[in-house]
Amino acid sequence: MRNRKLAEHNPGRKIFSSKIATTIVWLITLIWTVPTLGLFVTSFKSDKKILDEAWWVSLFNPDFSLDNYKNVFFGNDTESLSTGILPYFVNSIVITLPATIFPIVIATMAAYALAWIRFRGSNFLFFSIFALQVVPLQMALIPLLLLFTGGAHIGSIPIFPALGIAGEFAGIWLPHTMFALPLAIYLLHNFIASLPRDLMEAAHVDGANHFKVFRMIVLPLAIPGIAAISIFQFLWVWNDLLVALTFASGTEEVAPINSKLASLVGQYGSGYTQLSAGAFITIAVPLLVFFSLQRFFVRGLLAGSVKS
Amino acid sequence: MSEFISTTIPKFTSVFIAIAVFFMVLSLLFAIAGRLDGKKTRPVSLAIFLGPALLLLLAGLVIPGVRTIVFSFMNPDSNGWVGFENYYWMSQDPNVKTIMFNTILWILVVPLFTAALGLLLAIMLDRIKHESIPKSLLFMPMAISFVGASIIFKFVYEYNEPSESQIGLLSSIVKFLGFTPTDWMLAKPLNTFLLMIIYVWTQMGFGMVILSAAIKAVPSDIVEASALDGAHGWGLFRNITFPMVKGSFIVVLATGVVGALKVFDIVRTMTGGNFGTNVLANEMYSQTFVQFDQGKGSALSVVLFLLVTPILVYNIRSLRRERAHS
Repeated sequence: MRNRKLAEHNPGRKIFSSKIATTIVWLITLIWTVPTLGLFVTSFKSDKKILDEAWWVSLFNPDFSLDNYKNVFFGNDTESLSTGILPYFVNSIVITLPATIFPIVIATMAAYALAWIRFRGSNFLFFSIFALQVVPLQMALIPLLLLFTGGAHIGSIPIFPALGIAGEFAGIWLPHTMFALPLAIYLLHNFIASLPRDLMEAAHVDGANHFKVFRMIVLPLAIPGIAAISIFQFLWVWNDLLVALTFASGTEEVAPINSKLASLVGQYGSGYTQLSAGAFITIAVPLLVFFSLQRFFVRGLLAGSVKS
Repeated sequence: MSEFISTTIPKFTSVFIAIAVFFMVLSLLFAIAGRLDGKKTRPVSLAIFLGPALLLLLAGLVIPGVRTIVFSFMNPDSNGWVGFENYYWMSQDPNVKTIMFNTILWILVVPLFTAALGLLLAIMLDRIKHESIPKSLLFMPMAISFVGASIIFKFVYEYNEPSESQIGLLSSIVKFLGFTPTDWMLAKPLNTFLLMIIYVWTQMGFGMVILSAAIKAVPSDIVEASALDGAHGWGLFRNITFPMVKGSFIVVLATGVVGALKVFDIVRTMTGGNFGTNVLANEMYSQTFVQFDQGKGSALSVVLFLLVTPILVYNIRSLRRERAHS
């Protein structure tokens, strides 16, 4: 009885009355949701209707069609996106899959080493990697692009060959992998370091080496953490603009959908139908991932930010 | 359509090959190194587990970071020294003054607003039934790219001539309240704040989720005891709840500062940095990739880096403290 009473007394309880809290929360939720709803409704309206009639008026006066989506998917010669957005959509998938898998695997391995292989300087390394998290990407962009196009030289002696991957998928996977590592290593380290020590020691006593321990014990146990951070990285890469603009040319061979969408914004005129439908297609994938895997996502966020 | 298919198949093939090669190399390394025993085991294991990450971090962040600092003292093509000229340009150029002012405005206003609103919602969510539905909806914009969010708000901020009907939500509300709407993106300094709203809209959910978890972790007997002592409302919040979640609040603030400093997508998509809305991260991109001045671009990056160093130092110190406790 007493326990139940205690449980009901959560901290928010005495700060706000329940009625006020419910009203304000739902009001803010409404304000927060309406802009997205507006885009969704707009994306089904004809060109003329978009410019002449507000979307909430159209709700009572429905005249919706899938034409915009057809236009933006397969292209329309009269509009700014004549070839359709489908190739860019494919590029986004092609960029995002390896750019999620590579850094997560590499980071999991590094996190294991930092947590469970003892060596001198391990602490210093961990702190350095942690510090790199907040370094702005901008600090690395120019030299990295130069490295991809021209290699590295000291004076006139080449110390690193030109990779020749600028403007190709590999040239986008690589920077994404590099830039993801600090945060991924830090978060995964939190997960992996908290695995039970006895388990590791028992395995080593049984003669398992680090490779075996990693495969048989760490990987299976760290799956929830790995899943959470993978979702994070997936959303990050899918939603990225800066890396895409810098390392992918804007062509339909490699440019992802998000950067294509950004370039559509600048083109005024007939673009609104394609812009609204294109934007909705672009955000649909992350929203789908978000709603289906929300629990993992939240867990990933909390792992990095809340101190136990 | 057939052209689409013929260009798409090679793309997916390259993904498949890249991933397959990646895992094959890894399994090969694991298989070979796994057979070793004796003295060499530990260094080899370390090299294989940690080597790739360290190599990528060195080549991708550390060395480029140092080179950017070097480039900031060089000319546009990075092949001749110019001393402090790029920094002198920054201190003199009136555009850069606006940019610095806006950037500082962003890092002052945005994190505070994001964290405060997140905290308010976290407290109220703790108090209502069915909290998961509003929580999901409030958190949702975090999954949307800044470009996507900007387009969503482009329709919200849309403006038509007063003689025509307004199709933007903001203009319509302003008109409904009896004022005259204007072209919002041209209205200085309001436009900068309208851009900030987009950022807050996407990132508030982060603060809310973090702080909500922190509030739930406050032991209920403490709240119970202080409630018996007569604490409620503002007093309870100030004396009990806030001190308990302060650590998380600062984490949200710090994340907000770093995020607001790097904001680039929103400004670029909404105004292109025009109409007095430009910020450091966008100017860095324009100087480097539009004006092709690597010197000025690098100098701007260095300033961006200097602005995050206080956060960097703070983060390291709190991690140290945390590790010392455990």
